[in-house]
Parts: sequence; structure tokens; C-alpha cells
Amino acid sequence: MKHLYKLTIKEASDKLYRGEITSVELVNSVMERIEQIEDKVGAYITVTRELALEQAKKSDERRKKGRVLSPIDGIPIAVKDLFNTKGVRTTAASKILDDFVPQYESTATKKLWDAGAVLVGKTNLDQFAMGSSTETSAFKTTKNPWDLSRVPGGSSGGSAAAVAADMCIAALGTDTGGSIRQPASLCGIVGLKPTYGRVSRYGVNAMASSLDTIGPMTKTVEDAAILLNIIAGQDKYDSTTLATKVPNYLSSLGQDIKDLTIGIPKEFYGKGMDSEVDMIVKNAINIFKERGIKVVEVSLPSVKYALDVYYIIVWAEVASNMARYDGIRYGHSKIKNQKLVSSKSEGSKIKNLEDVYITSRTEGLGDEVKRRVMLGNYVLSSGYYDAYYKKAQQVRNLVKQDFEKVFKNVDILLTPVSPTAAFKIAEKTDNPLQMYLSDIHTVPINPAGVPAMSIPAGFTKNNLPVGIQLIAPQCGEETIFKLASAFEKVTDFHKQRPNL
Amino acid sequence: MTKLSIDDVEHIARLSRLELTQAEKEKFAKQLSNVIGYVEELNEVKTNDVEVMSQVTGLNNVTEIDLLEAGNISYNHIEKNAPEFRDGSFVVPGIFQD
Repeated sequence: MKHLYKLTIKEASDKLYRGEITSVELVNSVMERIEQIEDKVGAYITVTRELALEQAKKSDERRKKGRVLSPIDGIPIAVKDLFNTKGVRTTAASKILDDFVPQYESTATKKLWDAGAVLVGKTNLDQFAMGSSTETSAFKTTKNPWDLSRVPGGSSGGSAAAVAADMCIAALGTDTGGSIRQPASLCGIVGLKPTYGRVSRYGVNAMASSLDTIGPMTKTVEDAAILLNIIAGQDKYDSTTLATKVPNYLSSLGQDIKDLTIGIPKEFYGKGMDSEVDMIVKNAINIFKERGIKVVEVSLPSVKYALDVYYIIVWAEVASNMARYDGIRYGHSKIKNQKLVSSKSEGSKIKNLEDVYITSRTEGLGDEVKRRVMLGNYVLSSGYYDAYYKKAQQVRNLVKQDFEKVFKNVDILLTPVSPTAAFKIAEKTDNPLQMYLSDIHTVPINPAGVPAMSIPAGFTKNNLPVGIQLIAPQCGEETIFKLASAFEKVTDFHKQRPNL
Repeated sequence: MTKLSIDDVEHIARLSRLELTQAEKEKFAKQLSNVIGYVEELNEVKTNDVEVMSQVTGLNNVTEIDLLEAGNISYNHIEKNAPEFRDGSFVVPGIFQD
């Protein structure tokens, strides 16, 4: 069979089950696809071809013995290069981790390999997940597979592009303020940001620890449910993971949705929104109405301030989290190749420990990381702390309360994901504020900790994909799966693929 | 609206253990002023009676027995990533002048 790389997890899993294909054939097909188009798309920082074939062989052997581990046994999956993968270079797309090889595995990826999945490679991202276009990567610019002159979104842009261009069967991403949902929307795939604490963050490079989440990026809603089933759950290595029982998300698919009420929060519409995106979202609302669902307008007044809250908290937590990059224990360092005994000799810039910190960080960290670290130290400074950081934490409470109130009356919220379709490469790189504003509809979700999914909902006249966002209350992923699968069933946007 | 001066940028760069060129100081002063100015709209919100919220899970005092799990990470692995490593320790320049 040709073009196995086009398959979804479900399709590939069924073919493996029926013995029509082997995992080695599937991996070879995906690797061939990567070889053909990686030069154009630039989705990967590292492709793990040999490891993948080794894992695939083992999967095929297990299958022969009737010892299949899970529905993803033998399925090639790409992982954002922010997850520590034992023995496989993990860079966070930063020079400061250029040659870093983790000595342990993140919980989320460990669960994938324990379930038999195959690692295709590590995908490109905005440096330390700080960005909305994947352009802050220190290594390469990933292109949007639908239009190579445009960005794939970010920060999980490599994962989104790899899924959209069939350079993997599915992928993992991380989402602190939209980093799964916005690239999913801009690349025309499904991206789920689960409830905060639903998936362990252990072993994933931290950006803003009180907001960071991990989730699937897939070709279909069903594939997202398959992956979430595997990666969700409490983890003793991440004390913020929830004890709430993990349901079988697959059983939500195709369930009756007639009794559900969708809320349309007016704050997510209007100002700054592209008219084509507006039309696509309204069309999606009509599709739900036609299925007999009640749609009501609602209001989340504090959401107006969510972007401010989000960025202040992000800067503060980034400043703390990035302090670990000091050039002492791992990563880019000025200690290396310096003869320390003679470091006080003339010509050496490194005279003491602080020089190591300053020089290693200055050389190793990119501009966006520097901006956020400096802003974090600014808002946390004595004299400014109350005005910025404390204020943001208070308004965060108001944002969370707004979501709690609105979910007393509706089951789910439907909003745009991004105010525009994919923008041009380099269009916003010199203007951080403009870049930040492209997250305006995705960031309010993270301070509240609730789950949200981006699903393909249409195309602009220029054939650029546009997604809609479904937001549920805490641990309400099942409601999202119900509605998203119902939408997918009557539309074919998710079946469209870019010409490459 | 707050504007960050070159002096402000030098101060926060120092707190951040970063060294900036003159051109970078000018660029960052402009960019950082821009975003700080934007988020100051938060001042409109009345928060006198609102509690500070640092996390959303509601979980409290989650503890775990602090046990060393043998075999996870070896000296050998740590040494491979370390810039300088000798006799089971990281090597760093002196903190105090002699």
C-alpha cells in the first residue's frame, strides 16, 4: 500500500491489527515523506530514524506474539523538542541546550513508549516555547505547509506542521497560552489543551509552571482521544497532577449532543478579528444549531484583561524558571575549554562564577527569552511587585471566577482560536506586542486552567485553514470530545491536506 | 504610561545576569516599554477585596516520601552534560577572591 504516512492513528492501528501493514513499513513511509519535504517545511530539529526503526521492529515482533500493548503500538509519533527524551538530544530550540542529551524521560513520552509508540523525531518550536510563530527557534524557521511563505503558528509549530504535512501520524505539543491550539488552527489540525494538571509536566522544560499543559496534536478528534487516554493521569513526579479519575475519552465520541448548550462569549468577537475568520466561526455555530443545539450569548467581563494577566504571570514565572540556565551543570557554558586554574590570567573574560552565569546566558539565550526574563525581574522587583505581579494574580482570580460562573449556565464555549489565519514569516518578529496580541483568544483559558480544543472549521479564500475553539469547564474534556466529534462527522475540513 | 529608560534596562539586565550591547539596550527599552505600557490597563480593575490566586488546582500540601530511586541517573550521565566535572563534582571558578 502506498502513502501510509497519510493515515490517522485509528486507520494505521486498524491496518496493523488486520495484518495489512507492519510498523516498519509505516515508519519507512513516514521517513520517506520527511526526506521528500523536510527541506521545504523544516518541522524537525532531530529526526530519530534509526531509533524509530528499532522501536518499530520490536513492535512488529510483539504483534507477531499477540502481545500488542495499546492502540498506539507501532505508531510513529513526533514530539516537541521541549520534552526530555532519554538519550535523544533535547534542545528547547535554544543554543543554551544545543548539545544537551537528557539522562531521563518525561512522564508523557514515557507513557507513549510504554504503550509501544515509535519516536519519529523532535519537532521545532519557539525557543523554550516562548513565541507564537516558531520564529524564535535558534535553529530554523518552520514553514506553514499550506503556504510556505507563512508561519505555522507557535510555539508548537513544528509539531503542527509535521502533522498537517503527514510527516508523522500524530504529535505531542505543549500549551501555556495557546501553543497547541493556535498552531493547530493555523495548520488545519486538531489540537487539545487539557485541564491544567490532567497530564504530567514532569520532564518537560518549564516555561510558566502554573500555566503549562501538555496535549495531543492530531489529524482527527478520535486520535486526540486515543492519545489523551494514554498520557493523562496522576504522576507522583508532578505534584500538580489531579487525582480525578481519567475516563475513557473514546466513549464520548459520537454521543448525543442535543441536550447541550453552547455559550458564545461576546468578548471573543469583534475588534481585530479578520472578516473571513468571523464568517468561518459563524458558519460553525450554524452547523451546531442545525444539529438542534441551544446557542446563547454569554459574557466573561474579566477576559478583557486576561492577556495582561497572562503575560505578567508568564514573565514572572519565566524569570524564575530560566534561572536554572547558569552554565554550571549542563548546557552552553563558558567554563568549557577554559583552563580554570589560569582563569585569572590576562585575556580571559571569565574571572569568577558570576562571569560564567552572565556570559553563558548572554550567548545561549535568544532575544524573546531575554525579554521575558527581564520583564519578569521587572514585575517582581520591590516597588513594582504589588502593581504588576500581585495585581495580575488577583485579576487571574476574577478571570477564573468568570469561567466558573458562565459554566453554571452553558456546557461549552465556542470562540475563534486566532483573530487571523496564518500570517507571513517575519511580519511580527520586530514587534513583540503584535506577536503577543495574536494569542488574544487562547491565553484567557490557561489562567483559568480549563480545557480547550482547536478543530478545523474552514478555509480562507487563500486556502489557509481556520479553526474554532471549544472550551469546557475543569475536567470537561468529555464534553469537548462529544461536540468536536459531532462537528467532524458532518464536515470534511479535517480531511483536507496541503499540496506539497 | 511607564517608559523604561536605558538605566532601567541596565538594572533589570543585571538582575537577569545578562549583558547587553548599547544597541540592544536601546532596542529592548523601546520594546519592553511598549508591552509594559499595554499591560498597565490592569490598573482599571478594582481588586481591593480579591484574593491573590497562584494556581488553579486547589491542591494543597501534596507530599511524597523523599526516597532516592536507584539506577535512574548515574554520575556518568551527569558528567556527559557537564561543562567540567571532576571526582563526582561540578567544577566552577572561585566565588571568593584569594
